[in-house]
Amino acid sequence: MDWSALNLSLKLAACTVLILLPLGIWAGHALAAQQFRGKAWVEALLALPLVLPPTVLGYYLMVAMGGASPIGQFYESWIGRPLVFSFEGLLVASVIFNIPFAIQPMQRGFEAIAPEVRDAAACCGLTRWRTLWRIELPLAWPGILSAVVLTFAHTLGEFGVVLMVGGNIPGETKTIAIAIYDRVQAFDTAGAGLMSAVLLLISLVAIGAAYFTTSRTRTRRHG
Amino acid sequence: MAEPGIRIRLQQSGPIPLQAELGCAPGEILALVGPSGSGKTTILRAIAGLLRVRHGAIHCNGDCWFDDQRQIFTETRQRRVGYVFQNYALFPHLSALHNVMEAMLELPVAERERRARDVLARVRLAGLEDRVPAALSGGQQQRVAVARALAREPQVLLLDEPFSAVDRATRQRLYRELAELRRELAMPVILVTHDLDEAMMLADRMCVLHQGRTLQSGDPYAVMTRPDTVEVAQLVGLRNVFRAGVVAHDAERGVTIIEWRRHRLEARLQPDFKVGLQVTWAIPQGHIVLHRRDRPSRGERENPVSGVVTEYLALGENVALTVAVNGPGRPPLFMTVPAHTARRNGIVQGVEIGVSLLAEGIHLMPADESRTPAKPV
Repeated sequence: MDWSALNLSLKLAACTVLILLPLGIWAGHALAAQQFRGKAWVEALLALPLVLPPTVLGYYLMVAMGGASPIGQFYESWIGRPLVFSFEGLLVASVIFNIPFAIQPMQRGFEAIAPEVRDAAACCGLTRWRTLWRIELPLAWPGILSAVVLTFAHTLGEFGVVLMVGGNIPGETKTIAIAIYDRVQAFDTAGAGLMSAVLLLISLVAIGAAYFTTSRTRTRRHG
Repeated sequence: MAEPGIRIRLQQSGPIPLQAELGCAPGEILALVGPSGSGKTTILRAIAGLLRVRHGAIHCNGDCWFDDQRQIFTETRQRRVGYVFQNYALFPHLSALHNVMEAMLELPVAERERRARDVLARVRLAGLEDRVPAALSGGQQQRVAVARALAREPQVLLLDEPFSAVDRATRQRLYRELAELRRELAMPVILVTHDLDEAMMLADRMCVLHQGRTLQSGDPYAVMTRPDTVEVAQLVGLRNVFRAGVVAHDAERGVTIIEWRRHRLEARLQPDFKVGLQVTWAIPQGHIVLHRRDRPSRGERENPVSGVVTEYLALGENVALTVAVNGPGRPPLFMTVPAHTARRNGIVQGVEIGVSLLAEGIHLMPADESRTPAKPV
């Protein structure tokens, strides 16, 4: 069992969720509540990581963050080490790769709120912040929770992008999915099996807890 | 000096055409009636500031909420409106108490709860404060919506078809409750409904809307029995609309005489219509009185007219009759009589009956052929 790989995967998943949670709430709310020109294109762009093969996305991210790119050069001159093949680079890739998993459920959650409920909040004199905090976030909660769980579980299991952008550096970019692949390559099926089982269990518990919580919320709200 | 009540003037050509002008005094209930798509809810949303209309002005108790020329537009949250939405739009995750408390944020927390409980008790919801909307009946949800709308001590109360989502028995009870509650309300109340009976029952004044235009405002009974135009007559469900010529005015007897299909009919005195003028006239069904068939008319009754029953439609306790006067092919007379009266008089399809058209109910309007699809004669 490669504990450092598991630890790294959990850290990567937690950081990705922490970054995407406020970003997803903002974007999901804006996409649900506002109509603007080019909205369909914005939505299509945000959904792109869903359909692109992870290796293709990983390749573009590697090129975009590599030492030859302005982003990579800026990062290296600022921090003193390259962005690719580092945990930070992996985190950037993970955030981009998880955008649809975070934003789409949240957007659906906000869209499910009847427009009259927002109107009623305005008629009650609630400010935009109070409406978001007291009315919209609690009502969109099942969507937000789904987004968090999907992002977390998806990051744990991601392979292609991680390999392209992060490589296989123990303690830095070697996640549990890479470690499992390593074990299989080394004919250590017992080790691979154990790690796979742990990954399966963590994902199952996370998704199960999310389903349980949202179904309880729904029962309470709809009688 | 600030003018009490609310005054509204709205005008735009699209996307929803509007040409509306109305006012409502404090303590008054104004019903906005009209068919679906006539702009009733749009006007309510414009008053609340949920919709910005191109041109016009809205003044409430001296405050200007909207004036396109002065570029004034007060945000909804600053307008102090109480709005009861058609489906109530309660906050589904909050209890009845917290739904109401959300509308009282200007008060300190402790005061908020005490006041919210008071308002809920006022709408007979004491004891149900902790229930979420899904655990309340339709009628109870409507009361929470009313309590929430009143909680903010609004300057105007807007009710958007508040009785449409409940069953008939509950609706009757809620009518009574609103009638009782209104005695305590000091603000203008604007009620949107497509139900004319509801408007008659609850409102002090009624405003008829069609395609975003306010056509006529006034006492509900007056609007429904004395419409200004044929268009309003059709919108308020007056089916007996015909054409006639003005023959004479007799101020002494208080009557105007018109000629309709060889009948000389006496109408309530309406001297604005000159002798010789072609007019449209209408009579509400309640002003048509059936003659007893076993005691034939001696001609002394008011405006006696006879005709053949061409359609007999039993509608529960009443019967709707269609009567051809002076032969078929011309717009018939529509009337409703109690089923037992129809039975006792042996009325069936094909029999000839006599009726009186009560002079008080005969209302003259300018002839308007363009707005008269049935070409009444």
